This record gives sequence, C-alpha cells and structure tokens, in this order.
Amino acid sequence: MLSRTANNLYWMARFMERAETNARLLEVASRNALLPDVHGGNRNEWDSVLQASGTRDAYRAKFGDEAVARNVETHMFFDRDNPSSVASCLHAARENARIVRTALTTQVWEAVNEANAEMTQLTRLERSRISTSDMKDFALKHMAHVRGALVSTQLRNDGFDFMNMGYYLERADSTARILDVKYYVLLPNVSMVGSGLDNYQWRTVLHAMNAQRAFAWVYGGEVTARKIVDFLVLNRQAPRSLISSAEGVLEHLERLARLYGRGTTATSRGRMLVAQLNEITVEDILEEGLHEFLQRVLGEVLNLGAEINASYLNGEAR
Amino acid sequence: MPEYFNEMYENGKVRGPYAGIEGWAKDMPVDLRGLKQSEAENLFRRIGITFAVYGEGGSPDRLIPFDMFPRVFSADEWGRLERGIKQRARALNAFLADVYDRGEIVRAGRIPAHLVYQNDAYEIAVAGFTPPQGIFSHIVGIDLVRTGPDEFYVLEDNCRTPSGVSYMLENREIMMRMFPQLFQGNRIAPVETYPRQLKRTFDSVAPKKCDGEPCVVVLTPGHFNSAYYEHSFLADMMGVELVEGSDLFVEGEFCWMRTTEGPRKVDVIYRRLDDPFLDPLCFRPDSMLGVPGLMNVYRSGGVTICSAPGAGVADDKAIYTYVPEMVRFYLGEEPILQNVPTWQCAKKDDCGYVLENLHELVVKEVHGSGGYGMLVGPKSTKDEIELFRAKIEENPEGYIAQPTLALSTCPTFVEQGVAPRHVDLRPYCLVGQDVTLVPGGLTRVALTEGSLVVNSSQGGGVKDTWVIAGV
Repeated sequence: MLSRTANNLYWMARFMERAETNARLLEVASRNALLPDVHGGNRNEWDSVLQASGTRDAYRAKFGDEAVARNVETHMFFDRDNPSSVASCLHAARENARIVRTALTTQVWEAVNEANAEMTQLTRLERSRISTSDMKDFALKHMAHVRGALVSTQLRNDGFDFMNMGYYLERADSTARILDVKYYVLLPNVSMVGSGLDNYQWRTVLHAMNAQRAFAWVYGGEVTARKIVDFLVLNRQAPRSLISSAEGVLEHLERLARLYGRGTTATSRGRMLVAQLNEITVEDILEEGLHEFLQRVLGEVLNLGAEINASYLNGEAR
Repeated sequence: MPEYFNEMYENGKVRGPYAGIEGWAKDMPVDLRGLKQSEAENLFRRIGITFAVYGEGGSPDRLIPFDMFPRVFSADEWGRLERGIKQRARALNAFLADVYDRGEIVRAGRIPAHLVYQNDAYEIAVAGFTPPQGIFSHIVGIDLVRTGPDEFYVLEDNCRTPSGVSYMLENREIMMRMFPQLFQGNRIAPVETYPRQLKRTFDSVAPKKCDGEPCVVVLTPGHFNSAYYEHSFLADMMGVELVEGSDLFVEGEFCWMRTTEGPRKVDVIYRRLDDPFLDPLCFRPDSMLGVPGLMNVYRSGGVTICSAPGAGVADDKAIYTYVPEMVRFYLGEEPILQNVPTWQCAKKDDCGYVLENLHELVVKEVHGSGGYGMLVGPKSTKDEIELFRAKIEENPEGYIAQPTLALSTCPTFVEQGVAPRHVDLRPYCLVGQDVTLVPGGLTRVALTEGSLVVNSSQGGGVKDTWVIAGV
C-alpha cells in the first residue's frame, strides 16, 4: 500500500482518538473542580488539563495566564486555532479520511464525515446550552460510531492494521496523559496518596474513563491510588490501560510483519514496550514516582510512533 | 430564430430511439419527479461527486445539476458516430506520431509548419521519441454537437486528459438505481465496462522494459484539484493506486512508488497533470507536483506516460481546422465527422469577415477552455460585441470564429414540466493496441432556456446517455 495512504489512515485514527482524549480530559477537570478546596496544594484543575494536553503555551498566548473554565473549554473543544482541540481533531480526521476515501468503507467514511458535520452544528449552538458532560458525550458517541463502523466493515488488510496502530498508540498516549493530570493536581506530596480527598479525585479519573463500574467489578472495595494505577496501567481487562493499548499496537505490528513477510525496527520496539510493561509492578511504579514513570512511557510511545513512521509511513521504507 | 432539431420529436411524432421513454416521462406524477430529483441529488452528494468552478469562488462542494431525462441514440446513429470518432482518434494519433518524427504532413505542405512547431503545446522534449505502440493520446475526448438527424459536427478534440467520464458512469449508476423499470423495458447498451477497458488500454502500452503484469497508477495533482473525485474514482474502479508526485521517485532507469513495503516499480502512469508540471528537471523548475527525472525514464523506455507529453499539439484550436486533412493524409479515408467551418482571425481575410459579422458568429479564444472568454454573437449585447471587437483587433492570433450552430435539443425536466434544451456530447475513445469506445458518453445540457453554452462552469447540467440496441 502507498506509504502516504497508510499515513492518512493512521492519522485519521489518531485524530479521532485524540478528540476523545481531549473530551475526557475536560471531564476530569470539571469534576475535580466541583470539589471543595480544603487541602490546598495545586488546585487549578483547568491548568493541569492544559499541561497534560501539552498546549498550555498556546492557551496562554491566546487567553492570558489564568486558566478559566470557560476559556479552557473553548480552547480544548471548539477552538480551531488549537490544533488538538476536539473540533480541530475531527476536522483533521475528516480531511485525512477524504484523501483516502477509496480505502475506507462507506460506513466508516460516513461516520467520520458526520462527526465533523455535527461538530460544526454544535459550534453554532449557544454556549450556555452545552455542558462539559454534553461535550464528552458528543465526542464519545461519534468515536464509538466510527470505531464500530471500522471494526465491523473494514477489510482486514494492511490499511486496517495502520488504522488500529493509530488508535492504540494514541490511546496509550492518552491514558498516560489523563493519569498524569493527577500528578499536577495532587501530588506535590506523595503521602497524600490514599487520603479521602485523594480517593474522590482518583474516582474522577475512572469516571472520565467510563470505568467506575468496570473497576468495581474487578477490584471491589475502596478506591485507592494503587488499585487505579494497577487498573489503568497494568490490567489487561481494562480496555484503555497502558498495557492493553501497547499490546494493541503490537498485535497489529505483528500482523503486518506476517503479511509483509518481514518485521521492522518498529516491530522490535513494540515488543520491547510490551515486555517492559509485562515486567513492571505497581510497587515499581510508585517507587519510581508515577509522574516519572508516565513521562518515561510517554517518551517510549513517542519513539514507537517515530519508528512506525520511519518503517512504513514516510516513504523511505526499503 | 433558426429551427432547432429536436432529438425526441420530429413533425409531432416521437422518433424511434425515444419510443421507450415517452410513456415514462408522460406518466410521471409531478410529486414523484420532485422526490426522484432530490433522491438523485442525495446520491450524488453521498458519493461525493462535486466540482469546483474555476474563477467563481464559492463552495468547492457544489453539485453539477443532473437531469433525469435521458438522451438517447439508436444503434444505427451510434454506429456511424462510433466509426467517425474512432477514425478521428486514429488520425490524431497518427498526426502526433508524425510531427514528433519526420513531420511528413508538414513537408507535404498540408499543415503550416509554424502552427505545429511554434505551438506552445509542441513539446521539444519528446521529439524523436516513439512511445510504446506509437500511441501519444490514449484517451481522446471528442466534443460533438448535432444539428440534424444525420448532421454531427466536431466542436473540439481533447487529446490530453479529457475529464468528465466519471459522470458518464455515475449518471448511469444512478439512473439504474432510480428507474430500474426503464432498463428492463429498453435494451440499453452498458457503459460500465469503461474502467476495465481503460486498464486494458494502459496494460497494452506498457514499456518494453516491463516484464509481467504492468503496474499502472493514476497521478493526481492532489485532493485540492477540482477533478480529484474523478481521479480517485477511476483509480478505484481500475483497482490501481492513486498517487501524487511526491509518492513517486526516479532511481536508476525506473520510476518507483513509495509503499509501506518499500519501493515498487511503476510501469504506466495515467497522469491527470498538465505537461509543465510533470518533471521539474525537464519542464517548469518550480513545479512541486511532478517527479524529478521522470522524462529521462520515459524517453529511455522505463515508464509510459498517458497521454504522452506534447499530445496537446493535436487538440489546439488552430490545428483543429486541419483534422479532416489528417484523416485524408494518414488514413486515406474521407472524414465521417464534420468540422465546424472556422475562420481564423490570424488570417487577414478571415479576420475581416469575422469583424463584419460578429453579431452572428461564435468567437472563441484559441487557448481558452471551459466556456470562458467566449462570445455568442446572436445572444450578446452591442457592448459585449464591441468589447470583443477591440480584443480581436488587438490580438487577432488569439481568436477563431465559427457560425452559430443550431444545436439540437433534448427534452429536459424543467420547473414547468418538460421542455427542449440544447445538448452536446463528449464520448471517450480509448487508444491502445485496440481502439475502443463504450456506447455512451457525457451529454451536457444548457439548462437555461435558449442558452447554447453547456459548460458546467456556466450553468450547464448533465444527462445519462443511452444507446438503444436494435431500433
């Protein structure tokens, strides 16, 4: 398949997933902000969201230093000047899809097209009529529609693998970032892990992941930081955990290696990432420091993305 | 007012080819018509066929209006057209092979040398080169108009990359989907074989250095191009890759495309890119759309470019006048299709005549296209005519003039019901090892009452074009 086509498919998927991440990040912030401010520390949830999404500088350039709820929502959801806002991501996903229209089924194309079209309509609504939860629901509904169309109608060829790699890689990135928000909000002080407030805030992370019930089924009892880290990093049952995402990428790298009859440096790097996550324990992570660990994983994910690009997407494959 | 030939009614009677649809049109309730019309529009929009109008701004996602009333030819009528079209396509290719070789037709004094060799479209880079099978123009689009039962005229030839064939195919698809009973009741020759024939044509002109199944690609300027839909549609229907210049590179004696499995050799390029953009090393150095070094590979037989660079010299409006001469010179036959009599303002006598009769002539720019920069004398105001007079006097070489033809009409759905509207026809003739033509083409219709300009950029629409077997 043409490298450029593969690249478009891969980025279409990444942008869809990124739109979803941003909607989830907003949800984390808005629920955390509902908490009474009793413990001090870094209590600006909105600022932490900007930091986690990696767009704080761009935000400040446009809206000033103060992270105000409404401005952050505008920035993260509607603002086309922010290349990773939900609106920008949906538009970029649609452009990538349009270029490779013939590599997609009608169902997938229509789902992507509709997401973008409805986003445009949403932009025209009065802002006071749209709550943060509406935004998350909107994003999640359309992502599910696209993903469902993709899984149930797309041909299982290499294009399918590139789309899935895009999804899983972006998802690994996203889970690490959402978890990392907690660091900015709460962890000036490690001893606070496990206190009552802490639990409530951790639960918002689960809420943003739509995983409260799943979590209850798997672990039961108290919500603790330890359990949540286990759930979102190391548990294969959790669909958005780091290990599930990394294994998702690897599965499609391996499929591709079989299809093409040869592996690449991307295949080896994917195997390494999964092997690392297989070996590590919650204790190791907390000892290393959650933030440090997450930053390291984000780096690995970035490198894996670079390898995938060099091995398949940039046209330099030999 | 001249008398226009109506393709459906003659002396109050329905002509043979239209017999099968008269009842259909008559019996269709008005509300059903409206329903079907919006259904058709939805289908087009869903498929994504839209076009951008150059120079008009506006939404690039505009739909080309589709008229549901088909345009119909009998098998006999078509048979004659087909022979004429194929004859012309062969002559045009013979001309191209000749003028990039010894130029016998110029030596014989049948065509003035400067019209050929000083033509902007003449490509010195292919002089002396013979492409595979000696074919330069692999897809020849011939624009035809009709003025009577047996009178067809060629308006112009398109030897480079004629567009619009996706409409021919989609119009048929949509008609079959909306009115299946029409297709059960009439024996309408299918056009859906076109993509396969196109692929076969490309396969047959693969370069000598290609062994095994040729790798064909469609080269597009990119997704911002107004015809991008057609490029991706044709690539998809043929089952070949749609590439941009940056997907290709030259290494050694071949052209390669960048794939996820490494470089893959490309044998035939169906380019939908104009000559100057093909290769920055050979043509425009500032072109980012082409492939550096492509022309070297082409000339050394490593890849075939369809249509060949330089094919445009055969479809220039100044050369047009000489096409009947080409038919006689190369094929030793009499031309089956007529040219429209043409006055060349570059010639002093012609120019005088044109300036005196502007009010009844059609004046066109020699290098214009798309219905822009055109004067339709009988339909123009005094001021418009004077404006053109000044233009012609300033630059006579830039203009030709033709009599205003009494274009035939075909019944068309309009707001008030059904009314005659003027039509033309563009069939797509394929030239490879064989010369083939699918029974059909693109009928364009001037939707405005009385208008003779059918270009989509000027408010024209399209119709499905049928050839009925055995009428």
